[in-house]
Amino acid sequence: MAENKKFMNKQTWSPLAWGFVFGIVFGFLLQKGGVTKYDVILGQLLLTDFTVVKIILTAILTGMIGIYAMKSLGWVELSVKPGSWGMNGIGGLIFGVGFALLGYCPGTIAGAIGNGYLDGLVGGLAGIWIGSGMFAALYPKLRSGILQKGYFGDVTLPKLLKVNDWVVVIPAAILIAALLVWIEMAGL
Amino acid sequence: MTFLTQVSWSPYAVGVGIGILSWLSFLILKKPLGCSTSFAKTSGMIERFFRGPDVGLKPYYQKIKLDIDWQWMLVLGIVFGAFFSAMLSGDFAFQWVPALWLSAFGNTPVLRLLTAVVGGIFLGFGSRWADGCTSGHGISGALQLAVSSWISAIAFFVSGILTALFLFRIIAG
Repeated sequence: MAENKKFMNKQTWSPLAWGFVFGIVFGFLLQKGGVTKYDVILGQLLLTDFTVVKIILTAILTGMIGIYAMKSLGWVELSVKPGSWGMNGIGGLIFGVGFALLGYCPGTIAGAIGNGYLDGLVGGLAGIWIGSGMFAALYPKLRSGILQKGYFGDVTLPKLLKVNDWVVVIPAAILIAALLVWIEMAGL
Repeated sequence: MTFLTQVSWSPYAVGVGIGILSWLSFLILKKPLGCSTSFAKTSGMIERFFRGPDVGLKPYYQKIKLDIDWQWMLVLGIVFGAFFSAMLSGDFAFQWVPALWLSAFGNTPVLRLLTAVVGGIFLGFGSRWADGCTSGHGISGALQLAVSSWISAIAFFVSGILTALFLFRIIAG
């Protein structure tokens, strides 16, 4: 019984500690990448500074190859969010307006706060809490309506195309790498 | 260890680092990295503190659960990680108005703050609507080749670029 309780404690404690450690590494990387800064994020959205796209595409490239390799080996399972055009298309467009007005996203605002940026701590954080609360209030009206429009579920591109994962992963990797080389050659 | 005190790293090194972090997240926690739900949990917990336990019964909070989970700790960790990085390189600074804002709109901290609040509202509302943000969809979902995430990520940037151009090239231009 005591042994069992200890095991349970380990089970509930450990993910929180891992989350915190991963967060420290994530925040460290974001700050070193410069994306805790409003100027860098707005530079990307104004298409004058491609730091954000370089970081995201490199992370996708690295992550995709590793995750699909580990999936093939049976080490991990994918965790894909179900979606619809009404959910991801419209929600994404609303998000983008906030992304440009605030100049941080939910992950980088945490980094901006750690960097000392008070527009994020005082203005942005309050705004995100208000916006999230507004959505929670409206959710009962939205969930069976607009959020279901054009529902396609938790599909991945390989599943959608009904092909082996690597038939998509390899061309996608080549495409992303080519895009990064092109951005670098264009001097962006 | 001089790399720890550098102000910035190559975006490619940072991207590879985040990619590897995503491997570890899948291996150890069985879940991808994501940030925005934690803000919704905090918002619900604040509302519950002021308005009582019934707040937790709202269907959306039943769905996401008002608790402190590993992703909530991830967001808290980001604050500390960015703080350590900035302190090590001497890049930490309290700042109300970013330089780019200053060059376009002048030293207007109140206007900047109001814009940040309004932007935050759109960001919080939109990330709940789309069920994810730049981390959950833009990185974690996109690297799994999830259709929902690629649609979201493209929409984030299309709308973000149009809004930024409107703000800086038309209003301030």
